[in-house]
Amino acid sequence: MAELLSPEKIAELKRHIAAVHEPRELIVEVLQAVQKRHGWVSDAGVELAAELLGLSPLQVDEVATFYDKIYRSPVGRKVIHVCDSICCWSRGTETIYRHLQQVLGIAPGETTGDGLFTLLPTCCLGACGEAPAMRIGERLYTWLTVERVDEILAQERQEAES
Amino acid sequence: MTQLLFKNRRPDHTVLLAEYRQSGGYQGLEKALRDMDPAQIRDEVKASGLRGRGGAGFFTGVKWSFFPVDAPGDKYLVCNGDEMEPGTFKDRQLLEADPHQLVEGMAIAAYALNVNTGYIFLRYAYDRCYANLQRAIAEAKEAGLLGNNILGSEFSFELHVHRSAGRYICGEETALLNGLEGKRPNPRSKPPFPAIKGLFAKPTALNNIETLANIPHIVNGGAQWFSDLALTEEGAGTKLYGLAGHLNTPGCVELPMGVTLGELVEKHGGGVWQGRKFKACLPGGASTPYLTEAHFDVAMDYNPLEAVQTRLGTGGLVVFDDRTCMVAATLNLLRFFARESCGWCTPCRDGLPMVCWVLEKIETGQGTDDDVAMLRQLLGHINGRSFCALALGAMGPVDGLLRHFEQEVVDHVKKGRCPLQTD
Repeated sequence: MAELLSPEKIAELKRHIAAVHEPRELIVEVLQAVQKRHGWVSDAGVELAAELLGLSPLQVDEVATFYDKIYRSPVGRKVIHVCDSICCWSRGTETIYRHLQQVLGIAPGETTGDGLFTLLPTCCLGACGEAPAMRIGERLYTWLTVERVDEILAQERQEAES
Repeated sequence: MTQLLFKNRRPDHTVLLAEYRQSGGYQGLEKALRDMDPAQIRDEVKASGLRGRGGAGFFTGVKWSFFPVDAPGDKYLVCNGDEMEPGTFKDRQLLEADPHQLVEGMAIAAYALNVNTGYIFLRYAYDRCYANLQRAIAEAKEAGLLGNNILGSEFSFELHVHRSAGRYICGEETALLNGLEGKRPNPRSKPPFPAIKGLFAKPTALNNIETLANIPHIVNGGAQWFSDLALTEEGAGTKLYGLAGHLNTPGCVELPMGVTLGELVEKHGGGVWQGRKFKACLPGGASTPYLTEAHFDVAMDYNPLEAVQTRLGTGGLVVFDDRTCMVAATLNLLRFFARESCGWCTPCRDGLPMVCWVLEKIETGQGTDDDVAMLRQLLGHINGRSFCALALGAMGPVDGLLRHFEQEVVDHVKKGRCPLQTD
Protein backbone atom coordinates (compact mmCIF):
# COMPACT_ATOMS: atom_id res chain seq x y z
CA MET A 1 0.00 0.00 0.00
CA ALA A 2 2.76 2.38 0.98
CA GLU A 3 4.33 1.72 -2.37
CA LEU A 4 1.30 2.91 -4.33
CA LEU A 5 0.66 6.03 -2.29
CA SER A 6 2.67 7.71 0.43
CA PRO A 7 1.35 7.26 4.00
CA GLU A 8 0.81 11.04 4.12
CA LYS A 9 -1.26 10.98 0.94
CA ILE A 10 -3.29 8.03 2.22
CA ALA A 11 -3.98 9.89 5.47
CA GLU A 12 -5.00 13.01 3.52
CA LEU A 13 -7.35 11.01 1.27
CA LYS A 14 -8.87 9.25 4.28
CA ARG A 15 -9.62 12.60 5.91
CA HIS A 16 -11.19 13.83 2.69
CA ILE A 17 -13.22 10.62 2.28
CA ALA A 18 -14.54 10.95 5.84
CA ALA A 19 -15.70 14.52 5.12
CA VAL A 20 -17.78 13.93 1.97
CA HIS A 21 -21.37 12.87 1.49
CA GLU A 22 -20.53 9.51 -0.12
CA PRO A 23 -16.96 8.12 -0.23
CA ARG A 24 -17.64 6.95 -3.76
CA GLU A 25 -17.77 10.51 -5.11
CA LEU A 26 -13.98 10.66 -4.68
CA ILE A 27 -13.18 7.72 -7.00
CA VAL A 28 -11.67 9.94 -9.68
CA GLU A 29 -9.66 11.88 -7.14
CA VAL A 30 -8.17 8.73 -5.55
CA LEU A 31 -7.37 7.25 -8.95
CA GLN A 32 -5.73 10.52 -10.02
CA ALA A 33 -3.60 10.44 -6.87
CA VAL A 34 -2.38 6.93 -7.70
CA GLN A 35 -1.75 7.97 -11.29
CA LYS A 36 0.13 11.07 -10.28
CA ARG A 37 2.62 8.99 -8.30
CA HIS A 38 2.96 6.09 -10.73
CA GLY A 39 2.02 7.48 -14.09
CA TRP A 40 -0.79 4.94 -14.50
CA VAL A 41 -3.29 2.89 -12.50
CA SER A 42 -2.40 -0.78 -12.14
CA ASP A 43 -4.73 -3.51 -10.82
CA ALA A 44 -3.12 -2.99 -7.43
CA GLY A 45 -3.98 0.72 -7.74
CA VAL A 46 -7.62 -0.14 -8.41
CA GLU A 47 -7.62 -2.47 -5.40
CA LEU A 48 -6.09 0.18 -3.17
CA ALA A 49 -8.69 2.74 -4.29
CA ALA A 50 -11.46 0.21 -3.62
CA GLU A 51 -10.12 -0.44 -0.13
CA LEU A 52 -9.88 3.26 0.70
CA LEU A 53 -13.38 3.96 -0.61
CA GLY A 54 -15.09 0.86 0.79
CA LEU A 55 -16.03 -0.39 -2.68
CA SER A 56 -15.35 -3.52 -4.69
CA PRO A 57 -12.50 -3.40 -7.23
CA LEU A 58 -15.12 -3.86 -9.95
CA GLN A 59 -17.00 -0.74 -8.84
CA VAL A 60 -13.76 1.20 -9.12
CA ASP A 61 -12.66 -0.35 -12.39
CA GLU A 62 -15.92 0.36 -14.20
CA VAL A 63 -15.20 4.05 -13.55
CA ALA A 64 -11.44 3.82 -14.15
CA THR A 65 -11.94 2.26 -17.59
CA PHE A 66 -14.52 4.85 -18.62
CA TYR A 67 -12.39 7.98 -18.51
CA ASP A 68 -9.71 8.36 -21.15
CA LYS A 69 -7.47 10.46 -18.91
CA ILE A 70 -7.08 7.61 -16.44
CA TYR A 71 -4.51 5.19 -17.80
CA ARG A 72 -5.08 1.51 -17.05
CA SER A 73 -1.97 0.51 -19.03
CA PRO A 74 1.59 1.68 -18.49
CA VAL A 75 2.46 4.94 -20.22
CA GLY A 76 5.64 6.96 -20.70
CA ARG A 77 6.72 9.61 -18.24
CA LYS A 78 5.06 12.25 -20.38
CA VAL A 79 1.80 11.57 -22.19
CA ILE A 80 1.21 13.63 -25.32
CA HIS A 81 -2.47 14.16 -26.10
CA VAL A 82 -3.02 15.69 -29.53
CA CYS A 83 -6.45 17.21 -30.06
CA ASP A 84 -8.08 15.79 -33.20
CA SER A 85 -11.47 17.49 -32.88
CA ILE A 86 -12.93 19.74 -35.54
CA CYS A 87 -11.28 23.13 -34.84
CA CYS A 88 -7.80 21.65 -34.52
CA TRP A 89 -8.50 19.47 -37.56
CA SER A 90 -9.47 22.56 -39.57
CA ARG A 91 -6.14 24.19 -38.74
CA GLY A 92 -3.77 21.33 -39.44
CA THR A 93 -3.76 18.84 -36.59
CA GLU A 94 -3.32 15.94 -39.03
CA THR A 95 0.06 17.33 -40.09
CA ILE A 96 1.08 17.81 -36.46
CA TYR A 97 0.02 14.28 -35.54
CA ARG A 98 1.90 12.74 -38.48
CA HIS A 99 4.97 14.78 -37.63
CA LEU A 100 4.92 13.62 -34.01
CA GLN A 101 4.68 10.00 -35.10
CA GLN A 102 7.60 10.51 -37.44
CA VAL A 103 9.98 12.27 -35.06
CA LEU A 104 9.12 10.04 -32.10
CA GLY A 105 9.18 6.91 -34.27
CA ILE A 106 5.98 5.57 -32.71
CA ALA A 107 2.36 5.03 -33.71
CA PRO A 108 -0.56 6.41 -31.68
CA GLY A 109 -0.90 4.41 -28.46
CA GLU A 110 2.80 3.56 -28.32
CA THR A 111 5.61 4.71 -26.04
CA THR A 112 9.11 5.73 -27.12
CA GLY A 113 11.92 3.23 -26.41
CA ASP A 114 13.37 5.45 -23.68
CA GLY A 115 10.04 5.42 -21.88
CA LEU A 116 9.69 9.19 -22.11
CA PHE A 117 6.74 9.89 -24.41
CA THR A 118 3.43 8.13 -25.06
CA LEU A 119 1.42 9.47 -27.99
CA LEU A 120 -2.37 9.54 -27.77
CA PRO A 121 -5.18 11.44 -29.44
CA THR A 122 -7.68 13.40 -27.38
CA CYS A 123 -10.97 15.04 -28.07
CA CYS A 124 -11.39 18.80 -27.70
CA LEU A 125 -9.22 20.50 -25.07
CA GLY A 126 -11.18 23.76 -25.09
CA ALA A 127 -8.40 25.56 -26.93
CA CYS A 128 -10.42 25.96 -30.14
CA GLY A 129 -9.51 29.64 -30.44
CA GLU A 130 -5.79 28.77 -30.39
CA ALA A 131 -5.84 25.66 -32.58
CA PRO A 132 -4.14 23.34 -33.17
CA ALA A 133 -3.45 22.30 -29.60
CA MET A 134 -1.98 19.44 -27.57
CA ARG A 135 -1.26 18.62 -23.97
CA ILE A 136 1.92 17.11 -22.63
CA GLY A 137 1.33 16.01 -19.06
CA GLU A 138 -0.47 18.91 -17.45
CA ARG A 139 0.83 21.51 -19.88
CA LEU A 140 -1.28 22.90 -22.71
CA TYR A 141 0.46 23.92 -25.94
CA THR A 142 -1.42 25.95 -28.54
CA TRP A 143 -0.93 27.54 -31.98
CA LEU A 144 1.09 24.48 -32.99
CA THR A 145 3.26 24.35 -36.08
CA VAL A 146 5.71 21.60 -37.06
CA GLU A 147 8.59 23.86 -36.02
CA ARG A 148 7.03 24.66 -32.69
CA VAL A 149 6.41 20.98 -32.00
CA ASP A 150 10.15 20.30 -32.48
CA GLU A 151 11.01 23.06 -30.02
CA ILE A 152 8.47 21.82 -27.48
CA LEU A 153 9.75 18.22 -27.66
CA ALA A 154 13.31 19.43 -27.15
CA GLN A 155 12.27 21.47 -24.11
CA GLU A 156 10.26 18.62 -22.63
CA ARG A 157 13.18 16.24 -23.19
CA GLN A 158 15.60 18.63 -21.57
CA GLU A 159 13.31 19.03 -18.59
CA ALA A 160 13.04 15.27 -18.16
CA GLU A 161 16.80 14.84 -18.25
CA SER A 162 17.62 17.58 -15.77
CA MET B 1 -21.04 47.44 -26.43
CA THR B 2 -22.31 46.29 -23.02
CA GLN B 3 -19.97 43.79 -21.40
CA LEU B 4 -21.38 41.87 -18.46
CA LEU B 5 -19.54 38.59 -18.21
CA PHE B 6 -16.32 39.82 -19.81
CA LYS B 7 -16.27 43.31 -18.34
CA ASN B 8 -13.21 42.53 -16.19
CA ARG B 9 -11.47 40.34 -18.77
CA ARG B 10 -7.90 41.24 -19.67
CA PRO B 11 -5.19 39.03 -21.20
CA ASP B 12 -3.42 36.79 -18.68
CA HIS B 13 -5.24 38.30 -15.74
CA THR B 14 -7.59 36.72 -13.20
CA VAL B 15 -9.84 38.97 -11.15
CA LEU B 16 -9.77 38.06 -7.47
CA LEU B 17 -12.13 39.10 -4.70
CA ALA B 18 -10.95 42.66 -4.01
CA GLU B 19 -11.04 43.63 -7.67
CA TYR B 20 -14.31 41.81 -8.24
CA ARG B 21 -15.96 43.72 -5.41
CA GLN B 22 -14.58 47.02 -6.69
CA SER B 23 -16.29 46.32 -10.01
CA GLY B 24 -19.63 45.78 -8.28
CA GLY B 25 -19.17 42.11 -7.47
CA TYR B 26 -21.37 40.48 -4.80
CA GLN B 27 -23.80 43.43 -4.88
CA GLY B 28 -26.26 41.06 -6.52
CA LEU B 29 -25.93 38.59 -3.67
CA GLU B 30 -26.25 41.37 -1.08
CA LYS B 31 -29.34 42.73 -2.81
CA ALA B 32 -30.85 39.25 -3.11
CA LEU B 33 -30.38 38.40 0.56
CA ARG B 34 -31.36 41.82 1.84
CA ASP B 35 -34.24 42.90 -0.38
CA MET B 36 -35.65 39.90 -2.19
CA ASP B 37 -37.30 36.67 -1.20
CA PRO B 38 -36.45 33.50 -3.17
CA ALA B 39 -39.70 33.56 -5.16
CA GLN B 40 -39.00 37.12 -6.33
CA ILE B 41 -35.62 36.07 -7.70
CA ARG B 42 -37.14 33.12 -9.51
CA ASP B 43 -39.79 35.43 -11.01
CA GLU B 44 -37.13 37.93 -12.08
CA VAL B 45 -35.06 35.21 -13.80
CA LYS B 46 -38.18 33.91 -15.52
CA ALA B 47 -39.18 37.40 -16.67
CA SER B 48 -35.64 38.07 -17.97
CA GLY B 49 -36.04 35.43 -20.68
CA LEU B 50 -32.62 33.93 -19.87
CA ARG B 51 -32.13 30.63 -21.71
CA GLY B 52 -29.64 27.88 -20.89
CA ARG B 53 -26.24 28.66 -22.37
CA GLY B 54 -24.96 25.08 -22.31
CA GLY B 55 -26.53 23.99 -25.57
CA ALA B 56 -30.16 22.98 -25.09
CA GLY B 57 -31.44 26.55 -24.65
CA PHE B 58 -34.22 25.76 -22.19
CA PHE B 59 -35.64 28.79 -20.36
CA THR B 60 -33.82 28.96 -17.01
CA GLY B 61 -36.80 30.39 -15.14
CA VAL B 62 -39.09 27.66 -16.47
CA LYS B 63 -36.55 24.98 -15.53
CA TRP B 64 -36.39 26.43 -12.03
CA SER B 65 -40.19 26.46 -11.80
CA PHE B 66 -40.12 22.63 -11.89
CA PHE B 67 -37.82 22.54 -8.88
CA PRO B 68 -39.50 21.55 -5.60
CA VAL B 69 -38.17 24.47 -3.55
CA ASP B 70 -40.26 23.59 -0.52
CA ALA B 71 -39.44 19.88 -0.43
CA PRO B 72 -37.86 18.95 2.91
CA GLY B 73 -34.39 17.39 3.12
CA ASP B 74 -31.28 17.71 0.98
CA LYS B 75 -31.47 19.42 -2.39
CA TYR B 76 -28.59 20.30 -4.71
CA LEU B 77 -27.50 22.88 -7.23
CA VAL B 78 -25.07 21.49 -9.81
CA CYS B 79 -23.16 23.59 -12.29
CA ASN B 80 -22.45 21.83 -15.55
CA GLY B 81 -18.92 22.92 -16.43
CA ASP B 82 -18.04 19.94 -18.59
CA GLU B 83 -17.89 22.08 -21.76
CA MET B 84 -16.60 19.37 -24.08
CA GLU B 85 -18.50 20.21 -27.24
CA PRO B 86 -15.79 20.84 -29.86
CA GLY B 87 -15.77 24.51 -30.80
CA THR B 88 -16.75 25.55 -27.28
CA PHE B 89 -14.37 27.30 -24.93
CA LYS B 90 -16.40 30.22 -23.58
CA ASP B 91 -16.76 28.96 -20.00
CA ARG B 92 -13.00 28.51 -19.86
CA GLN B 93 -12.54 32.18 -20.84
CA LEU B 94 -15.05 33.20 -18.20
CA LEU B 95 -13.42 31.24 -15.39
CA GLU B 96 -9.91 32.22 -16.37
CA ALA B 97 -10.87 35.90 -16.26
CA ASP B 98 -13.46 36.32 -13.54
CA PRO B 99 -14.29 33.17 -11.49
CA HIS B 100 -16.22 34.95 -8.71
CA GLN B 101 -19.11 35.57 -11.12
CA LEU B 102 -19.90 31.86 -11.05
CA VAL B 103 -19.55 31.64 -7.27
CA GLU B 104 -21.89 34.62 -6.81
CA GLY B 105 -24.33 33.33 -9.42
CA MET B 106 -24.48 29.94 -7.73
CA ALA B 107 -24.99 31.49 -4.28
CA ILE B 108 -27.93 33.56 -5.57
CA ALA B 109 -29.38 30.60 -7.48
CA ALA B 110 -29.06 28.40 -4.38
CA TYR B 111 -30.87 31.05 -2.29
CA ALA B 112 -33.60 31.30 -4.93
CA LEU B 113 -34.02 27.51 -5.00
CA ASN B 114 -33.70 26.95 -1.25
CA VAL B 115 -30.59 24.79 -1.66
CA ASN B 116 -27.61 24.63 0.71
CA THR B 117 -25.10 22.54 -1.21
CA GLY B 118 -23.65 23.09 -4.66
CA TYR B 119 -21.24 21.24 -6.94
CA ILE B 120 -19.31 22.45 -9.95
CA PHE B 121 -18.52 19.63 -12.40
CA LEU B 122 -15.47 20.83 -14.28
CA ARG B 123 -13.91 19.64 -17.51
CA TYR B 124 -10.70 17.66 -17.23
CA ALA B 125 -8.50 19.99 -19.26
CA TYR B 126 -9.29 23.15 -17.28
CA ASP B 127 -6.40 23.26 -14.79
CA ARG B 128 -6.32 27.03 -14.49
CA CYS B 129 -10.09 27.25 -14.10
CA TYR B 130 -9.89 24.69 -11.32
CA ALA B 131 -7.19 26.63 -9.49
CA ASN B 132 -9.16 29.87 -9.96
CA LEU B 133 -12.33 28.34 -8.58
CA GLN B 134 -10.55 26.86 -5.56
CA ARG B 135 -9.09 30.25 -4.82
CA ALA B 136 -12.37 32.12 -5.38
CA ILE B 137 -14.28 29.72 -3.14
CA ALA B 138 -11.68 30.06 -0.37
CA GLU B 139 -11.79 33.85 -0.64
CA ALA B 140 -15.58 33.92 -0.61
CA LYS B 141 -15.70 31.66 2.46
CA GLU B 142 -13.21 33.86 4.26
CA ALA B 143 -15.30 36.94 3.48
CA GLY B 144 -18.55 35.36 4.66
CA LEU B 145 -19.96 35.13 1.12
CA LEU B 146 -20.13 31.32 1.26
CA GLY B 147 -20.60 29.00 4.21
CA ASN B 148 -22.92 29.47 7.18
CA ASN B 149 -25.19 32.51 7.56
CA ILE B 150 -23.98 34.32 4.47
CA LEU B 151 -23.68 38.10 5.07
CA GLY B 152 -25.39 37.65 8.41
CA SER B 153 -28.53 36.16 6.89
CA GLU B 154 -30.27 32.88 7.64
CA PHE B 155 -28.99 31.43 4.37
CA SER B 156 -26.08 28.97 4.24
CA PHE B 157 -24.42 27.56 1.13
CA GLU B 158 -21.46 25.25 0.66
CA LEU B 159 -19.76 24.85 -2.72
CA HIS B 160 -17.58 21.97 -4.00
CA VAL B 161 -15.62 21.46 -7.22
CA HIS B 162 -15.41 18.06 -8.94
CA ARG B 163 -12.86 17.52 -11.70
CA SER B 164 -13.74 15.15 -14.50
CA ALA B 165 -11.22 12.81 -16.15
CA GLY B 166 -12.49 13.30 -19.71
CA ARG B 167 -15.46 12.04 -21.82
CA TYR B 168 -17.96 14.20 -23.65
CA ILE B 169 -20.97 12.27 -22.34
CA CYS B 170 -20.42 13.87 -18.92
CA GLY B 171 -22.02 17.03 -20.31
CA GLU B 172 -25.33 15.13 -20.51
CA GLU B 173 -26.94 16.08 -17.22
CA THR B 174 -27.82 12.63 -15.91
CA ALA B 175 -24.47 11.14 -16.97
CA LEU B 176 -22.87 14.06 -15.15
CA LEU B 177 -24.81 13.18 -12.00
CA ASN B 178 -23.59 9.59 -12.17
CA GLY B 179 -20.05 10.87 -12.67
CA LEU B 180 -20.39 13.16 -9.69
CA GLU B 181 -21.57 10.27 -7.53
CA GLY B 182 -18.54 8.20 -8.56
CA LYS B 183 -20.50 5.86 -10.79
CA ARG B 184 -19.84 5.02 -14.42
CA PRO B 185 -21.21 8.07 -16.24
CA ASN B 186 -23.82 6.48 -18.46
CA PRO B 187 -26.97 8.60 -18.78
CA ARG B 188 -30.02 7.76 -16.65
CA SER B 189 -33.51 7.34 -18.00
CA LYS B 190 -35.82 10.33 -17.72
CA PRO B 191 -38.28 10.62 -16.03
CA PRO B 192 -37.63 10.99 -13.18
CA PHE B 193 -35.99 14.28 -14.09
CA PRO B 194 -33.11 15.55 -11.94
CA ALA B 195 -35.33 18.29 -10.48
CA ILE B 196 -37.25 15.50 -8.75
CA LYS B 197 -34.60 12.79 -8.38
CA GLY B 198 -31.08 13.91 -9.19
CA LEU B 199 -27.81 13.84 -7.28
CA PHE B 200 -27.88 11.17 -4.54
CA ALA B 201 -31.55 10.68 -5.55
CA LYS B 202 -32.40 14.17 -4.24
CA PRO B 203 -33.95 17.14 -6.09
CA THR B 204 -31.20 18.73 -8.19
CA ALA B 205 -31.09 21.86 -10.31
CA LEU B 206 -28.52 21.83 -13.13
CA ASN B 207 -27.32 24.86 -15.05
CA ASN B 208 -24.38 25.79 -17.26
CA ILE B 209 -21.53 28.09 -16.10
CA GLU B 210 -22.46 31.00 -18.39
CA THR B 211 -26.13 30.68 -17.41
CA LEU B 212 -25.35 30.91 -13.69
CA ALA B 213 -22.86 33.74 -14.19
CA ASN B 214 -25.71 35.81 -15.69
CA ILE B 215 -27.82 35.60 -12.53
CA PRO B 216 -26.05 38.38 -10.53
CA HIS B 217 -26.45 40.71 -13.51
CA ILE B 218 -30.18 39.98 -13.74
CA VAL B 219 -30.62 40.60 -10.02
CA ASN B 220 -28.66 43.86 -10.25
CA GLY B 221 -30.10 45.25 -13.45
CA GLY B 222 -33.56 43.74 -13.47
CA ALA B 223 -35.34 41.48 -15.94
CA GLN B 224 -36.38 44.21 -18.37
CA TRP B 225 -32.88 45.69 -18.65
CA PHE B 226 -31.39 42.23 -19.21
CA SER B 227 -33.95 41.31 -21.80
CA ASP B 228 -33.40 44.60 -23.68
CA LEU B 229 -29.70 43.87 -24.12
CA ALA B 230 -30.51 41.48 -26.96
CA LEU B 231 -30.81 42.66 -30.55
CA THR B 232 -33.72 40.35 -31.29
CA GLU B 233 -37.25 40.98 -30.06
CA GLU B 234 -37.59 37.64 -28.27
CA GLY B 235 -33.93 37.29 -27.21
CA ALA B 236 -32.37 38.22 -23.89
CA GLY B 237 -29.00 39.29 -22.58
CA THR B 238 -25.57 38.97 -24.09
CA LYS B 239 -23.87 35.85 -25.40
CA LEU B 240 -20.32 34.59 -25.28
CA TYR B 241 -19.66 33.63 -28.88
CA GLY B 242 -16.71 31.42 -29.77
CA LEU B 243 -14.85 32.11 -33.04
CA ALA B 244 -12.88 29.16 -34.35
CA GLY B 245 -11.89 27.35 -37.53
CA HIS B 246 -10.79 29.19 -40.66
CA LEU B 247 -11.02 32.76 -39.35
CA ASN B 248 -8.34 35.45 -39.29
CA THR B 249 -8.91 36.32 -35.64
CA PRO B 250 -10.24 33.35 -33.67
CA GLY B 251 -11.21 33.95 -30.05
CA CYS B 252 -14.17 34.46 -27.78
CA VAL B 253 -16.28 37.63 -27.63
CA GLU B 254 -19.25 38.87 -25.61
CA LEU B 255 -21.87 40.46 -27.85
CA PRO B 256 -25.56 41.28 -27.61
CA MET B 257 -27.61 38.14 -28.19
CA GLY B 258 -28.76 38.02 -31.81
CA VAL B 259 -25.82 39.53 -33.69
CA THR B 260 -25.94 38.26 -37.29
CA LEU B 261 -23.78 35.39 -38.52
CA GLY B 262 -22.25 37.68 -41.16
CA GLU B 263 -21.19 40.25 -38.56
CA LEU B 264 -19.64 37.54 -36.38
CA VAL B 265 -17.62 36.16 -39.30
CA GLU B 266 -16.59 39.40 -41.00
CA LYS B 267 -16.23 41.83 -38.13
CA HIS B 268 -15.40 39.84 -35.02
CA GLY B 269 -13.73 36.87 -36.64
CA GLY B 270 -11.76 39.11 -39.02
CA GLY B 271 -13.13 37.30 -42.08
CA VAL B 272 -12.06 33.99 -43.59
CA TRP B 273 -8.32 33.31 -43.37
CA GLN B 274 -5.76 33.34 -46.17
CA GLY B 275 -7.99 35.46 -48.40
CA ARG B 276 -10.28 32.49 -49.08
CA LYS B 277 -14.06 32.39 -49.30
CA PHE B 278 -16.56 31.30 -46.68
CA LYS B 279 -18.08 27.91 -47.39
CA ALA B 280 -19.94 26.75 -44.28
CA CYS B 281 -19.99 26.87 -40.51
CA LEU B 282 -21.19 25.07 -37.44
CA PRO B 283 -23.11 27.88 -35.74
CA GLY B 284 -22.90 26.63 -32.17
CA GLY B 285 -20.58 23.69 -31.67
CA ALA B 286 -20.02 20.26 -33.19
CA SER B 287 -23.61 19.05 -32.95
CA THR B 288 -25.33 21.96 -34.73
CA PRO B 289 -26.23 21.50 -38.43
CA TYR B 290 -24.21 23.59 -40.92
CA LEU B 291 -25.13 27.00 -42.25
CA THR B 292 -23.85 28.60 -45.47
CA GLU B 293 -23.16 32.14 -46.72
CA ALA B 294 -26.86 32.37 -47.62
CA HIS B 295 -27.49 32.57 -43.87
CA PHE B 296 -25.26 35.59 -43.14
CA ASP B 297 -28.31 37.70 -42.22
CA VAL B 298 -29.62 35.18 -39.68
CA ALA B 299 -29.51 36.38 -36.07
CA MET B 300 -27.38 34.17 -33.81
CA ASP B 301 -30.19 33.59 -31.31
CA TYR B 302 -32.20 30.49 -30.39
CA ASN B 303 -35.40 30.99 -32.43
CA PRO B 304 -33.93 32.46 -35.63
CA LEU B 305 -31.45 29.56 -35.84
CA GLU B 306 -34.16 26.99 -35.22
CA ALA B 307 -36.10 28.58 -38.07
CA VAL B 308 -33.24 27.60 -40.42
CA GLN B 309 -33.14 24.06 -38.99
CA THR B 310 -30.09 24.40 -36.81
CA ARG B 311 -29.40 25.51 -33.22
CA LEU B 312 -27.52 28.17 -31.27
CA GLY B 313 -26.07 25.34 -29.18
CA THR B 314 -23.19 26.72 -27.14
CA GLY B 315 -22.59 29.68 -29.45
CA GLY B 316 -19.25 28.26 -30.56
CA LEU B 317 -18.97 29.21 -34.24
CA VAL B 318 -16.64 27.04 -36.36
CA VAL B 319 -15.97 28.32 -39.89
CA PHE B 320 -14.85 26.34 -42.94
CA ASP B 321 -13.23 27.93 -46.00
CA ASP B 322 -13.94 27.04 -49.64
CA ARG B 323 -11.16 24.45 -49.79
CA THR B 324 -12.78 22.33 -47.09
CA CYS B 325 -14.36 19.05 -48.11
CA MET B 326 -17.62 18.90 -46.19
CA VAL B 327 -17.63 15.08 -46.30
CA ALA B 328 -14.20 15.08 -44.63
CA ALA B 329 -15.32 17.67 -42.04
CA THR B 330 -18.43 15.62 -41.28
CA LEU B 331 -16.33 12.48 -40.98
CA ASN B 332 -14.06 14.19 -38.44
CA LEU B 333 -17.10 15.26 -36.41
CA LEU B 334 -18.68 11.80 -36.52
CA ARG B 335 -15.43 10.13 -35.47
CA PHE B 336 -15.48 12.35 -32.41
CA PHE B 337 -19.06 11.39 -31.55
CA ALA B 338 -18.50 7.69 -32.24
CA ARG B 339 -15.45 7.66 -29.97
CA GLU B 340 -17.24 9.60 -27.25
CA SER B 341 -20.38 7.44 -27.30
CA CYS B 342 -20.69 5.88 -23.86
CA GLY B 343 -21.82 2.60 -25.42
CA TRP B 344 -25.04 2.33 -23.46
CA CYS B 345 -27.50 2.10 -26.37
CA THR B 346 -27.26 0.42 -29.77
CA PRO B 347 -28.23 3.28 -32.13
CA CYS B 348 -25.37 5.35 -30.75
CA ARG B 349 -22.75 2.67 -30.01
CA ASP B 350 -23.18 0.81 -33.32
CA GLY B 351 -24.97 3.40 -35.44
CA LEU B 352 -22.35 6.15 -35.26
CA PRO B 353 -19.41 3.88 -36.29
CA MET B 354 -21.58 2.78 -39.21
CA VAL B 355 -22.07 6.40 -40.27
CA CYS B 356 -18.28 6.85 -40.06
CA TRP B 357 -17.77 3.78 -42.22
CA VAL B 358 -20.14 5.09 -44.91
CA LEU B 359 -18.56 8.57 -44.84
CA GLU B 360 -15.07 7.04 -45.11
CA LYS B 361 -16.16 5.07 -48.15
CA ILE B 362 -17.56 8.17 -49.81
CA GLU B 363 -14.57 10.37 -48.92
CA THR B 364 -12.06 7.85 -50.28
CA GLY B 365 -13.95 7.45 -53.54
CA GLN B 366 -15.29 3.96 -52.79
CA GLY B 367 -18.86 5.13 -52.26
CA THR B 368 -21.87 4.23 -54.38
CA ASP B 369 -25.37 5.68 -54.78
CA ASP B 370 -26.48 3.07 -52.27
CA ASP B 371 -24.11 4.52 -49.69
CA VAL B 372 -25.63 7.97 -50.10
CA ALA B 373 -29.06 6.40 -49.67
CA MET B 374 -27.79 4.54 -46.60
CA LEU B 375 -26.52 7.77 -45.09
CA ARG B 376 -30.00 9.23 -45.44
CA GLN B 377 -31.53 6.10 -43.98
CA LEU B 378 -29.18 6.13 -41.00
CA LEU B 379 -30.25 9.68 -40.27
CA GLY B 380 -33.81 8.45 -39.85
CA HIS B 381 -32.78 5.31 -37.98
CA ILE B 382 -30.61 7.01 -35.38
CA ASN B 383 -32.49 10.27 -34.75
CA GLY B 384 -35.05 9.89 -32.01
CA ARG B 385 -34.07 6.31 -31.23
CA SER B 386 -31.10 6.75 -28.90
CA PHE B 387 -31.19 6.72 -25.11
CA CYS B 388 -29.90 10.29 -24.72
CA ALA B 389 -29.28 13.30 -26.96
CA LEU B 390 -25.67 12.44 -27.88
CA ALA B 391 -26.55 10.52 -31.04
CA LEU B 392 -29.14 13.09 -32.05
CA GLY B 393 -26.49 15.80 -31.79
CA ALA B 394 -24.00 13.62 -33.63
CA MET B 395 -26.35 13.38 -36.60
CA GLY B 396 -26.71 17.19 -36.78
CA PRO B 397 -23.71 17.56 -39.12
CA VAL B 398 -24.95 14.63 -41.27
CA ASP B 399 -28.33 16.31 -41.54
CA GLY B 400 -26.64 19.60 -42.52
CA LEU B 401 -24.39 17.81 -45.03
CA LEU B 402 -27.34 16.22 -46.80
CA ARG B 403 -29.43 19.42 -46.80
CA HIS B 404 -26.76 21.89 -47.94
CA PHE B 405 -24.03 19.85 -49.62
CA GLU B 406 -25.81 16.92 -51.22
CA GLN B 407 -24.23 17.71 -54.59
CA GLU B 408 -20.75 17.56 -53.06
CA VAL B 409 -21.54 14.12 -51.59
CA VAL B 410 -22.86 12.91 -54.96
CA ASP B 411 -19.78 14.29 -56.74
CA HIS B 412 -17.55 12.09 -54.57
CA VAL B 413 -19.46 9.06 -55.80
CA LYS B 414 -19.57 10.18 -59.44
CA LYS B 415 -15.87 11.03 -59.64
CA GLY B 416 -14.70 8.15 -57.48
CA ARG B 417 -12.57 10.54 -55.44
CA CYS B 418 -12.81 13.62 -53.26
CA PRO B 419 -13.53 16.49 -55.70
CA LEU B 420 -11.83 18.96 -53.35
CA GLN B 421 -8.49 17.18 -53.46
CA THR B 422 -6.05 19.07 -55.64
CA ASP B 423 -3.23 16.53 -55.97
